[in-house]
Amino acid sequence: MVTRPIGYQTTLDPVEPAQLDTEQWLQMYEQMNKIRAFEESANELYTSARMPGLTHLYIGEEGVAVGVCEALRRDDYITSTHRGHGHCVAKGAKLDLMFAELLGKAAGYCKGKGGSMHIADQNTGNLGANAIVGGSAGIATGAGLSIKMRKSDQVAVCFFGDGALGQGLIYESMNMAELWKLPVIYVCENNQYNEYTHNSEAAAGELAARGRAFGLHTVEVDGQDVRAVYTAMIELVARARRGEGPAFLLCHTYRFHGHHVGDIERTYYRSKNEESWWRDRDPLKVLGAWLTGDMGVDAAILEKIDESVRAEVDEAVEFAINAPFPDPSEVDTNVYA
Amino acid sequence: MSTPNLSGENMAVREPQFSLAVHNPNGRELTFAQAVREAIAEEMHRDPTVFIIGEDVAEAGTVFKVLTGMVDEFGPERVLDSPISEAGIAGLGVGAAITGMRPIVDIMFGDFITLTMDQMVNQAAKTHYMSGGKLKVPMVLRTTMGATRRSAAQHSQSLHAWFSHVPGLKVVIPSTPYDAKGLMKSAIRDDNPVAIFEDKMLYQSKGPVPSEEYLIPLGVADVKRTGEDITIVATSSMVQVALAAAEQLALIGIAAEVVDPRTTLPLDKETLIQSAKKTSRVIVVDEGYHSYGVTAEMASVIADGAFYYLDAPVKRIGAMDVPIPFSPVLEDLTVPTPDQVVAMAKTLCGRA
Repeated sequence: MVTRPIGYQTTLDPVEPAQLDTEQWLQMYEQMNKIRAFEESANELYTSARMPGLTHLYIGEEGVAVGVCEALRRDDYITSTHRGHGHCVAKGAKLDLMFAELLGKAAGYCKGKGGSMHIADQNTGNLGANAIVGGSAGIATGAGLSIKMRKSDQVAVCFFGDGALGQGLIYESMNMAELWKLPVIYVCENNQYNEYTHNSEAAAGELAARGRAFGLHTVEVDGQDVRAVYTAMIELVARARRGEGPAFLLCHTYRFHGHHVGDIERTYYRSKNEESWWRDRDPLKVLGAWLTGDMGVDAAILEKIDESVRAEVDEAVEFAINAPFPDPSEVDTNVYA
Repeated sequence: MSTPNLSGENMAVREPQFSLAVHNPNGRELTFAQAVREAIAEEMHRDPTVFIIGEDVAEAGTVFKVLTGMVDEFGPERVLDSPISEAGIAGLGVGAAITGMRPIVDIMFGDFITLTMDQMVNQAAKTHYMSGGKLKVPMVLRTTMGATRRSAAQHSQSLHAWFSHVPGLKVVIPSTPYDAKGLMKSAIRDDNPVAIFEDKMLYQSKGPVPSEEYLIPLGVADVKRTGEDITIVATSSMVQVALAAAEQLALIGIAAEVVDPRTTLPLDKETLIQSAKKTSRVIVVDEGYHSYGVTAEMASVIADGAFYYLDAPVKRIGAMDVPIPFSPVLEDLTVPTPDQVVAMAKTLCGRA
């Protein structure tokens, strides 16, 4: 393993959080908590051999999905990644239909045909998770083009990881988005790893420079702080809605678990010290401490949220486990529209 | 004859046996390129969600001048010159299609579809299925095919077999101006991703195209010439090769039937099988590489469906399995010719 500093060197200025009612910050706390509980249950379903295939957990990165999606309207679009459950929940998807999809059940969002890596829900503007790294950059940008052609004021958000910075499609898409001033926000979740390889071994130069090179309005934030993500995002969304074009939002974050649920022994590519450094920057802890500290929220309120979220997730898992598998006749339907 | 006959004289109206006769009371003729352009323009007038994106499609009207004047007619908002980013524009097409538009993505040379592969194969083709039928991708990718333009190995290939291998895509390979127009209009209205391969060598060929509106459904073959002794299944410019061969065969008393599938995906298996049952001998001719090409699929469909009626093995003729050479002397050796078809037909008919 290459020796490198733990955490990341940042020169980011502290962000003055947007002026919101405490209720709205509590809503974000709840959404982040929901993602955490969803993913913990997904992990449990996998380790207890009740879930087919694999899944990629979003635990540790909740501040990004929630900070971004809380700044969006329901009719705004997102495209998501193989690590996409967080985006899906944050955009407003129903947990029971998500779990049903994870288990390959007929009641799932995609009738069990997509699975963990392909959940799409047009009712919440989710154009789909994508198992090709960087593969959705064109789709999000095309949605932006469509928005512009339809003279709508929607925006499209393209979520991708730092690993996708190795893919050419991202750059082709950013180039066209800036040329044509499309309302697309490219959200890079820099969770430090391209699967099992640290991005210092995979990405030359500065990450943020990739957006700036195309003239994209570029903002870099601490992805562990949902306040910073949200505060940056509302400005980027407002610009996009005004027709001022695309933006690149670089969020520094961390994948607390492995690349996928089966990636348990990780010491060959990262140290326990590093993991624990980031665990101290748990986005739920960061927001929770601020709420109970500066904002004077009673800790019991947060506990209550934790409990109700847990109950909702348990109920959703129960629904999915009891849901029937698709009828075999479904295998060759929906190949063509 | 070492090159396909491009004069268009074999394109005269024939009475197709199974499907749409060319009803052309005014006797209007258009070139293949004009027919393509007219189809796109009509659909853009009809449906404001249809637009074109591609390299040099606007002021240049494409390098083959197929879309000349379109930007003046529809404006740069609907005829978009793109950067040289095939993967990017294919991806934009998918995204625009999912969100309410009907894009036509123009990929200059068929050879460049390799650059769009992830977007077409992993995204466009699978989005509808992976979403459980909720999302649709009504896009058209139009591109070119065909050798003998002295353009060498990276600008001459016929790669339609690649897309034909992928469930979720449709693949159109028109052979006449009439078919090019009717199929293009259907492709634009289709709710699925459709790839259209236009043979560059056909653009200037002329044929009847009625001024009245018509559509040709995707997945319906057309019999370009009827005959009883042997079936020649041919695609795109190979239809002309097959028709030229049929003329020669007629001189020695062999009546060849020429069947044009018009789309390789979906494939009109029934028409192929019926013709094979009638004639009992079949040659499949296509300009894609000989090995693993669409000819193999068609030959297999025919062998399965008409086995007890066949008097000879189903034979295939494709482009030679070599990168397409530049030198005219070499390039002409790689593409199927009427003489090859005639020789093979004579062998199959016991007349060699």
